Amino acid sequence: MDSPGKALGMALGVALVCALLVSVTAVGLRPHYLANLEAERMAQLASVLQAVSEVTGDIDAEDIEARVVALASGRYSDTLDANTYDARKAATDPNSSVVIPPDLDLAGINRRAKHATVFIVRDPGGTVRLLILPVRGGGYQSALYAFLAVKGDASTVLALKFYEQGETPGMGARVQDPAWEALWAGKRIADETGAVRIGVARGKAVPGSDDAAYQVDGISGATRTSVGVHRLLRFWLGDFGFGPYLQRVRRGEG
Amino acid sequence: MLARYWKTLSTPLIGENPITLQILGICSALAVTTALDTALVMSAAVTCVLAISGASVSAIRNHLPRSVRIVVQITIIASLVIVVDQILKAYAFEISKRLSVFVGLIITNCIVLGRAEGFAMRNSVVDSILDGIGNGLGYSLILLTVGAIREFFGKGSLLGVQILIPTAQGGGFEPLYLMLLPPSAFFIIALIIWLIRTRRPQQVEQPEFRVRGAVEVDTP
Repeated sequence: MDSPGKALGMALGVALVCALLVSVTAVGLRPHYLANLEAERMAQLASVLQAVSEVTGDIDAEDIEARVVALASGRYSDTLDANTYDARKAATDPNSSVVIPPDLDLAGINRRAKHATVFIVRDPGGTVRLLILPVRGGGYQSALYAFLAVKGDASTVLALKFYEQGETPGMGARVQDPAWEALWAGKRIADETGAVRIGVARGKAVPGSDDAAYQVDGISGATRTSVGVHRLLRFWLGDFGFGPYLQRVRRGEG
Repeated sequence: MLARYWKTLSTPLIGENPITLQILGICSALAVTTALDTALVMSAAVTCVLAISGASVSAIRNHLPRSVRIVVQITIIASLVIVVDQILKAYAFEISKRLSVFVGLIITNCIVLGRAEGFAMRNSVVDSILDGIGNGLGYSLILLTVGAIREFFGKGSLLGVQILIPTAQGGGFEPLYLMLLPPSAFFIIALIIWLIRTRRPQQVEQPEFRVRGAVEVDTP
């Protein structure tokens, strides 16, 4: 017959040892894991550039200018250095982030950093040829992270590339399917009135319909992932996201 | 002594293979065998977890009250699996992304808990390690066979090295795309089971009941 004390003691002892083991490995290996994620993010940025340069001609890595944008005003920051600014860290720090009003929080991310790192490619004359914006939001079961490449007119999408997601393999994970990614090229962001119209259609985008210029087909079998992508784009291209910055770029102040 | 160790290590390879005889661990065997490299990493992960969990459970078996034994076993296994998952994420990032949830799901792999409860609770630490490695190798044997067949016929490559050139790239090899879909793993495992049971008829299960009056068919 087991004494309850011994059972409790053994359970607690094993739990403690296991907790220690797991914590030590998790904390000790985290820098490696983050370095891997960062390397992957850079590789994804390179592949967005690859996809974009098929539309616009070659882009040299040296031509890419990284700048930090204050999202509320849409102006470039003079104080923050794009090489050292860590937007993901800033998003969780109360001093460098703001709470998104719940009715505006389409992406479901609660808070966003006050600043974001954007990548700009210019023509020799200095006018903006294209922009690459970081976007993120909630999908079906994971956070989705992507780069959105926009033409220099700040109105036309060149490419959307998800570089981090944990959606169901074969279903929502198809946001990384090249065939689906290719649908984004040429989609318009907003209509003449300035309302953001870009998004993911429920089911197929109907050719010739009013929305066809703005929307891509939904991913079949992954409604909630599709809705997540739709909402995160609406958020990040809207007034609380990159809206003010895109306005400035349209006026030639980018 | 050595002979007994050898027996503990080698019986799970074919004689008592966890996949083909006990039909355990099928889920991961289907999911991670589209390529040989993922099958290899998964096999190594499961073998490590089996050996270390066997050793840990065996080491505390005399102090482990029966009422909490399963909880404690699961805690040990889950911790080991998390550690393995973290190591893969740190040092084999690409593969760990392709294995996705299936490393974490080793926790629910019946082979691991089965060996902890069925063997390590009653045997010495050394025996439990050998039994863990043996079962891990038995699991690996099937995974690697299935992985090699699926990658070779599905993509014409092994471990990512192209051996046959597909017709799409100007060669004469037509990839068998069925091999990259889950059902093919069922077919291959079924064929392996059939092969083993033809050679070793004692593995064939007796029917649970017979229909009265039906023609008796002798099972070998």
